[in-house]
Amino acid sequence: MDGVHDMGGMHGFGKVEPEENEPVFHAAWEGRCLALNRAMGAIGAWTIDEGRAGIEALRPDVYLSRSYYGKWALRLENMVIERGLAETDELAAGHALHAAKPLKRKLGIADIPRTLTRGSFGRPAEAPAGFTVGERVRTKNIHPPTHTRLPRYARGHAGVIEAIRGCHVFPDSTAIGAGENPQWLYTVLFEGRELWGEAADPTLKVSIEAFEAYLEPVER
Amino acid sequence: MAHDHDEDHHEHRSELSEMQLRVRALETVLAEKGYLDPAALDVMIEAFETKIGPHNGAGVVAKAWADPEFKRALVEDATKAVRSLGLINRVGDHLIAVENTPGLHNTIVCTLCSCYPWEVLGLPPVWYKSAPYRSRAVSDPRGVLADFGLSLPADTQIRVWDSTAETRFIVVPMRPAGTEGWSEEKLAALVTRDCMIGTGLPKNAADVA
Repeated sequence: MDGVHDMGGMHGFGKVEPEENEPVFHAAWEGRCLALNRAMGAIGAWTIDEGRAGIEALRPDVYLSRSYYGKWALRLENMVIERGLAETDELAAGHALHAAKPLKRKLGIADIPRTLTRGSFGRPAEAPAGFTVGERVRTKNIHPPTHTRLPRYARGHAGVIEAIRGCHVFPDSTAIGAGENPQWLYTVLFEGRELWGEAADPTLKVSIEAFEAYLEPVER
Repeated sequence: MAHDHDEDHHEHRSELSEMQLRVRALETVLAEKGYLDPAALDVMIEAFETKIGPHNGAGVVAKAWADPEFKRALVEDATKAVRSLGLINRVGDHLIAVENTPGLHNTIVCTLCSCYPWEVLGLPPVWYKSAPYRSRAVSDPRGVLADFGLSLPADTQIRVWDSTAETRFIVVPMRPAGTEGWSEEKLAALVTRDCMIGTGLPKNAADVA
């Protein structure tokens, strides 16, 4: 999705403003919001990629004007409604008014240590890797209207396979409920000038983590 | 936990009260429906505030500085090497350690969202998730470093790692001069969060001596 979340290379956002002695959360609701989102993810209500797509589905003006955890809260409201887990009138009332939907599992206190470790997204390979380390590749010029992890700034550009990271769940597929469709994952390295033109910093190199479906061989 | 400086800004204050109410409504509805246990949320929040944080990453970097064999293992397979340390929280798969050298400076970003090696660095700071950082880190990294007060030699190669998949990166900065013979614990005090993201350098030996 060519949304405003895909920010690499955009102009006009100004300086980075680090905060001295920044707290983990700036208000209690931020921690609750993070935990609520993670708890609903942990019980299998949606995958991490469906969750990211839920953030990207916020309107651009909303995305840019809401704080980080503000976006998480809006995403959670939308997703529990979309999946029939709660209804709009319940969120407005602040209480359950309708029967609950059965869920496979619920997150208990004993499960918390597990949620502090990221899940594994590696999967057994169904075919050998299509590219080798050192091979020149070009990213495809694709613009899917749904979730993708190929950023706009890195589309249609030539780079080099620097590393093969194994076979991983393909976010473009899981985000639309089409299954894990595991793909080989590569670190692809670009020269700054390939991405940003002749005016780019000559000392700059940028890499992305690219799924095989994003790549095509470069003709020699 | 609300902080006074936020209260100074009207739009922050209005989002604060609106969001307090909306998040409370979400939690109440989801808990009443039996989807959640609020006590489990309390435990999770406490863990995010106390158990995970940059102290974990600092210990990893300090050990890499003190133990060349560990550094080799870390750069080869950071997930495996970090697990061997037995941190409180077990690190997940696909952690990658990238090493700075005299001619190469690494930085990490997630231009698409907020991917961050939180098992070793904790939750990301607001600036890491902000539009200014995400937009410029890949096109103008020296300008971004200048926002942090950091200026690198003109011939230093800058390498930006955009975290576009489930791989996560941690920068292993160069060990500061004048720290020969230091214990891992003392070395860890030099390792800032930002130097493991690549937007800073470790503290100088004189800062903690």
